[in-house]
Amino acid sequence: MINENTRKTIERFIRKFPCRDSALVPSLSLIQRENGYVSEADMEELAKILRLSEARIFSVASFYTILSLKPIGKYHIQVCSNVVCSLLDGYPLVDYIAKILGIREGETTPDGMFSLASVECLGSCGYAPALQINMEHYENLTYERIEEIVEMLRSGEVWK
Amino acid sequence: MQKILFKNIDVPDARSLDTYKSRGGYAALKKALSLPPEKLISMVEESGLRGRGGAGFPAGIKWKFLPKDRNRTIYLICNADEGEPGTFKDRHIMEFDPHLLIEGMTITAYAIGAHHGFIYIRGEYNWIAKLLMSAIIEAVTEGFVGYNILNSGFSFYIDVFRGAGSYVCGEETALMESIEGKAGRPRLKPPFPATFGLYGESTVIHNVSTLSCVPFIIEKGPEAFSKIGKPRSHGTKLFGISGHVNKPGLYEYPMGTPLRKLIYEAAGGVRGGKRLKAVIPGGLSSPILTADEIDVEMDFDSLLSIGSMLGSGGIIVMDEDTSIPMIAQKTAKFFAHESCGQCTPCREGTNMIKFLIDRIIAGKGGHTDLEQILRLCRYIKGSTICAFGAAAAMPLNAMIKKFRGEFEALVR
Ligand SMILES: Cc1cc2nc3c(=O)[nH]c(=O)nc-3n(C[C@H](O)[C@H](O)[C@H](O)COP(=O)(O)O)c2cc1C
Ligand code: SF4
Ligand code: FES
Repeated sequence: MINENTRKTIERFIRKFPCRDSALVPSLSLIQRENGYVSEADMEELAKILRLSEARIFSVASFYTILSLKPIGKYHIQVCSNVVCSLLDGYPLVDYIAKILGIREGETTPDGMFSLASVECLGSCGYAPALQINMEHYENLTYERIEEIVEMLRSGEVWK
Repeated sequence: MQKILFKNIDVPDARSLDTYKSRGGYAALKKALSLPPEKLISMVEESGLRGRGGAGFPAGIKWKFLPKDRNRTIYLICNADEGEPGTFKDRHIMEFDPHLLIEGMTITAYAIGAHHGFIYIRGEYNWIAKLLMSAIIEAVTEGFVGYNILNSGFSFYIDVFRGAGSYVCGEETALMESIEGKAGRPRLKPPFPATFGLYGESTVIHNVSTLSCVPFIIEKGPEAFSKIGKPRSHGTKLFGISGHVNKPGLYEYPMGTPLRKLIYEAAGGVRGGKRLKAVIPGGLSSPILTADEIDVEMDFDSLLSIGSMLGSGGIIVMDEDTSIPMIAQKTAKFFAHESCGQCTPCREGTNMIKFLIDRIIAGKGGHTDLEQILRLCRYIKGSTICAFGAAAAMPLNAMIKKFRGEFEALVR
């Protein structure tokens, strides 16, 4: 569901750029941030607001990796699995986190709190290994630090 | 040593407009606005500034490609997609000295006659996008950006456009497609952006680091820039050093600084007193170098002459314990994942290579698989719409050729 505020922001995007199609990627990213994923209903609604075909919206939404087309956990843990991060973590971080959470890569915990994915280079190579949770970067990770972060999120500490 | 991009890096709060101004910021813009645009273009041409985004195309020449008709709409795009593995330079400029980029963009816009600019920043750099937006607002408030800049009659607006996760969107025409609300699939060139770019209009696109060199060139003059570095590779460069080194990080050095010096002096040498095995000198797309090749000077021509490239200047250092087949596997996975899929050699080739390397690593590969990968690399290179194909083929080809023994040991 695209709520009233989101719709207003989308209308601002339409006015801001020289061409209304340019509002598409920012709108999808906004829906992703607000709702945690982009649903079919969202895409249908967005098609009406932007006056674009649903097929066009879907073709774009399915291209970009930040956009998820199915529900994911409240905290989406995206672990860099590219070269530099792999050079610096003896035991792959993603496996380590999978063990703590009791899920496999690509899955979501039954309580809907966490989902886990491995992603490509996050631009944190100088501070590897790195991961991103929702829109937040975490760098120079150690296993202890990861446990701390997961604990902090589990205990429901305020998330910016 | 002369710093161009990192001149404010040690200054606390260099990010704020007041600090930037107190360090002489926006003086170059004032000077630029008092000169005719043609003069600025020739200054940048004389400086020998070449693009920092990977290909190293001379900036002044790119500007001259624009149609002479001044009534046309011209867009300026700053490429801040920074997706090349091993690369983390542009984020530092945007995070710690955003006004340097904004000033560089505004001067460039005045020189080429653009009134609207975009900074296309990768979606993962969310916090930096926010910093940039507030820096732009600050600049608008004081009249450095926006309507009638410093009462010169020239207006220029900047929008921050966030990507949504796609390496190929760093390719200039894919990036334009993305701004136009499409999947990021590169366009066939020609036409080039100078005549048919964003929204079909004339467009100049540059990397963050390229644009951030412009204020120095205008303020200090082209000779001040061209006397740094090497012939045909002028100025300084940000080298991001990562992997098995004692002090990973970002360092500004003149073009042509020996790779050995960057690894052993700037980055403090290999971690744990280990021996060096290999180095990727310019982001994951650049062909790997062996430990014997690190006396190469880090400039466009020197790296080309030994079969590699300067690329983004992202240096990845690997110690003696590194498995090159493992690096090749990660590399193949990356390119197979990021191919936009519109050219058959790239889409099928990268996935086939990934399949073959996975099989070799699993101990189920044969000698013919290695040959097959090398053959696929040859087929991909040069037969695709964009340079992604070559960017995938060249590094894998080099890993197998230079470290063949390690691959042979895995096959039956
Ligand atoms: C697959 C691919 C990815 C690229 N990624 C980037 C990037 O992330 N940042 C960048 O500045 N240039 C990137 N480029 C190069 C751009 O196409 C373009 O050459 C550059 O933005 C021009 O700027 P410059 O003249 O300042 O170097 C990429 C090219 C290719 C083929
Ligand atoms: S070379 Fe690869 S990334 Fe480039 S256009 Fe072709 S399929 Fe897409
Ligand atoms: S390789 Fe992990 S952040 Fe670049």
